[in-house]
Amino acid sequence: MSSRYDRAITVFSPDGHLFQVEYAQEAVKKGSTAVGVRGKNIVVLGVEKKAVAKLQEDRTVRKVALLDDHVALAFAGLTADARILINRARIECQSHKLTVEDPVTLEYITRYIAQLKQKYTQSNGRRPFGLSVLIIGFDYDGSPRLYQTDPSGTYHEWKANAIGRSAKSVREFLEKHYTDEIAASDQECIKLTLKALLEVVQSGGKNVELVIMTRGQPLK
Amino acid sequence: MALADVCGLKSTDFQARSLGLSCSSFDLYNALESSEKFSIPFNIDPLENLKYFTEKDSNVKIHFDHGTTTLAFKFQHGVVVAVDSRATAGPYIASQTVKKVIEINPYLLGTMAGGAADCSYWERVLARQCRIYELRNKERISVAAASKLLANIVYNYKGMGLSMGTMICGYDKRGPGLYYVDSDGERLTNNMFSVGSGSVYAYGVLDSGYKWDLNVEEALDLGQRAIYHATFRDAYSGGVVNLYHMKETGWEFISRTDVADLHYRYQDEKQAKKK
Repeated sequence: MSSRYDRAITVFSPDGHLFQVEYAQEAVKKGSTAVGVRGKNIVVLGVEKKAVAKLQEDRTVRKVALLDDHVALAFAGLTADARILINRARIECQSHKLTVEDPVTLEYITRYIAQLKQKYTQSNGRRPFGLSVLIIGFDYDGSPRLYQTDPSGTYHEWKANAIGRSAKSVREFLEKHYTDEIAASDQECIKLTLKALLEVVQSGGKNVELVIMTRGQPLK
Repeated sequence: MALADVCGLKSTDFQARSLGLSCSSFDLYNALESSEKFSIPFNIDPLENLKYFTEKDSNVKIHFDHGTTTLAFKFQHGVVVAVDSRATAGPYIASQTVKKVIEINPYLLGTMAGGAADCSYWERVLARQCRIYELRNKERISVAAASKLLANIVYNYKGMGLSMGTMICGYDKRGPGLYYVDSDGERLTNNMFSVGSGSVYAYGVLDSGYKWDLNVEEALDLGQRAIYHATFRDAYSGGVVNLYHMKETGWEFISRTDVADLHYRYQDEKQAKKK
């Protein structure tokens, strides 16, 4: 029965599902894990780096992208789709700066990305973006933010979240261990992110990439 | 067509179709779009044909006047906005009671100089854009962004005969904001602006009395005095002085004083000083 309703993106199934969007979410679950933790003065992103072949230069596989001086993005899912999304988001950041003379707020750019994703779930002949995105950064007024979007075009703000492979178990780990005291200390946030990631990633430091953003400082 | 000949319009091929300014299919019944664009008759290049109005030595003698004095300046307690209220059509005084300050929303004011219709229409469009921004982003629009929106809208019609020299004044999280926007697409910010035929006189008075550290009373008096002096010397300015004060909590209408009353008041002051 479901196979009749999963061809076209613009068609609902009788029980109210958009199958293409759900299949896109499956694609996300196959992608490599990304974890984000928001502290009081710091936001941390940790991504699992896929093992590279011996002859491949591993510098060319970037899972974290800088959208603007104060916004960074990590994704889980189709890398090619991510490239397009990141390009559009970067242009929008600058466009916003031009017309409004203020750097984007995290909420604005997340909303923009979510709207873009939603547009692709409602138009003819196009498939949804097969990726979930974690966006971190600091707003103009100094408050740290962590947002997550998914292929259906919804977005939510989180204190700590994970996407990609084994996201569920990482999220459970975070729920157990995230406290306000940890959030208050920068070092503890970094440690929490690492620990969460190491739950699901095989062996050691080589396969993990960590990105830190503190207020007023560029990405490290 | 007689009017077309007088205005020097080249093409007389008026077709039923009309050309929207920035889209290919133009829907007259769509309120959202129709307020942001004008339909222009097909086959007429507005830039080519309207330059007869805007160029100085053209054969067309229809002339738009910009008689007015408006001023605004920032100081430590916000922004003072003062305007006159005379509208002239050549040597004829059309009205002495024109409202030249347009209340865009409770924390943004725009002044009017140049074409009254142009100013009030586009500032109403700006009011709508500001409200949409506020609803979408859950915070007030900044004065910089509001003035940029207006400048960008107006730039689309550059060369087509819009006549508008407006000052956008407001108070946002960066403090008091004052921007000058005109129909050439110019957008400037500064602590003090005066626009109109009487602006030269107003600048003289403002420059001699202005300090950042004025208190509210002194600042309001300075604004009122500057407009009065401009109306005294400039034939195209007069009527009443409308005075507004833009504070952190929004704008407040202060007073509307006839320049004749001001004239006698200042005269008495001078007499009192002599003694």
